[in-house]
Amino acid sequence: MQTAITVFLDGMTYASYLFIVSVGLTIVFGVMKILNVAHGGFYAWGAYSAAYAIGLAAELGFPDWFAFILIGLSSMFVGIVLGVLVERLILRKLYEHEEVIVILATFGLFLVLEDFILLVFGVNPYFAYQPMVFLGSVEMGGIFRDVYSLTLLGLAAFVAFACWYVLNCTKWGKILSTVIYDREISLAIGIDVKAVFVWTFVVGTMLGALGGAYIAPTISVAPGIGIDIIVLSFAVVVIGGMGSIPGALIGALMVGNLRAIAVHKFPEFELFVIFAVMAAVLMVRPEGLFAPAKIRRI
Amino acid sequence: MMRSILLDNTVRCVIVAFMALACIGLVLPNWILNNTMFGLARGLAVLGLLLLWRTGLISLGHSLYFGLGAYAVALLEKHTGSTDIILRLVIALTVAGVIGFFLGFVLRHYRGIFFAMLSLAFSMVLYGVLVKTEALGSTDGFSVSQTTFLGWQPASKYPLFLSIIAICIVAIIGVQFYLRSAIGYLTTSVRDNEIRVEYLGYSVARAVHIKYIISAALAGVSGALIAMSLGQVDPDSMVNWTVSGELVFITIMSGPGSVVAPFIGSITFEFLRTFAFEWAPHAWQLIVGGTLLGIIFALPEGLWSLIQRLWTKKGKVL
Repeated sequence: MQTAITVFLDGMTYASYLFIVSVGLTIVFGVMKILNVAHGGFYAWGAYSAAYAIGLAAELGFPDWFAFILIGLSSMFVGIVLGVLVERLILRKLYEHEEVIVILATFGLFLVLEDFILLVFGVNPYFAYQPMVFLGSVEMGGIFRDVYSLTLLGLAAFVAFACWYVLNCTKWGKILSTVIYDREISLAIGIDVKAVFVWTFVVGTMLGALGGAYIAPTISVAPGIGIDIIVLSFAVVVIGGMGSIPGALIGALMVGNLRAIAVHKFPEFELFVIFAVMAAVLMVRPEGLFAPAKIRRI
Repeated sequence: MMRSILLDNTVRCVIVAFMALACIGLVLPNWILNNTMFGLARGLAVLGLLLLWRTGLISLGHSLYFGLGAYAVALLEKHTGSTDIILRLVIALTVAGVIGFFLGFVLRHYRGIFFAMLSLAFSMVLYGVLVKTEALGSTDGFSVSQTTFLGWQPASKYPLFLSIIAICIVAIIGVQFYLRSAIGYLTTSVRDNEIRVEYLGYSVARAVHIKYIISAALAGVSGALIAMSLGQVDPDSMVNWTVSGELVFITIMSGPGSVVAPFIGSITFEFLRTFAFEWAPHAWQLIVGGTLLGIIFALPEGLWSLIQRLWTKKGKVL
């Protein structure tokens, strides 16, 4: 029973974290048709800037709760600065290229962002444990969990709700759906598609950075953290259906829980099972498990 | 057909250039020789990716075959103790070719981003298995002993260098041969209009499948040669997705223009990386990534187009 609860909580925590990162990736793909490898770089930037800011605040004697504000601020900062720069300077010139070339360009960008981190923050790992210590731990069914990881579930639920609300209940959502459905018609009816792209990319970047910033207190923020997460987000996004937000949620839940089960029961299958499911989904339903089937040349 | 291939301008230039390289190899300092070896060996995998790219396909998972080739060499040595070059190459080629043959049945129906993603998934499955299995060396991998040639163990790396050159020549001639055949001519046609190719009476799926097997086998041999030159195999530098990304990067950098381009691009990449690492150990990826972006923006046809331009200015046509 205790193992079951541990597996479930581990799975849900991991799924929440994956969802926050992957939803940014899937929004960008849905609207701009760009599979952004550099998203892993944004994640790493979020993690580094949050860890740095939290460490600095602790040194300067700010109260511990201030860390949560810093997490939000640093992901917004990364989202706006890097998002706008990358969209304006690089992606905008690539819209005419084939989508696989664009993937490769974002791969180049990913490499640049990775090393840019080393130049700015150095090679030593950062630890930003303050928020975790601040929230302490709680007993659930005989096991102790740190509260901080549990708040991750709340954050993921909030992000999911916000996405649903914006898409379905606001004017912005309607504009976005129109652009996703048909870029040219949107232009024809007077939507500023370029502006929509910038906003989408900034929001996507911010979500990637938020994933990194929020997870930073629980890990050691070291070089190369973006490499694993990006390929996991690809798995999440592909399993649920590229460009679909509910798909990202389902994909994250599946990957998170599968991984938790594997870690506790069959540790040697931890990575295997995730990518085997990804391959199986692509083989059976390339458009993703929960995306509505549509006619598409594959 | 064979005769006409040998009269082919590209092939003749390649043979002359490689002969020259073989002679220069005798006097080259060790680090240049090593880099050239890595470049040529990696160039084989890039040559395979070039074939796919000419059809408009980009595989983000060729590290699967690259890794299979490398690990075939290591496991052969671990289980039988054999370090013979012929055995090593044959087994790497077979393993990669057979896996490519089976996965090809699935992948030949996929295009664009889906092809890239499914190849990525397959290669990450292998990565996941290797990283988590102690018997397969886990994250540390294996070391690979020096290659022997029918029982003879040379003191220097030069014989291996010569063998790599020979393999590259064979591969280039083979690929040129393939491109000049009926199924090879379908390469660009498939990219331009699949339906029309089907109406001409050819099977697009079969053409893609054959191409895929060739590229898989080339990547397998390439991985085996890298393992032999490096003396080491491990999952992170041979099977992880970044390796596939690197291979595709070299493909784009080289350009699709010629079967020689992958080798020029690959050697250039090797030196670029060495120098970048030397000058800025913490920023070499920045230099490499920046180069990639620069090439996509400024030189979409790759380094080869640059060479071509220089060449035609002199009034010669290659």
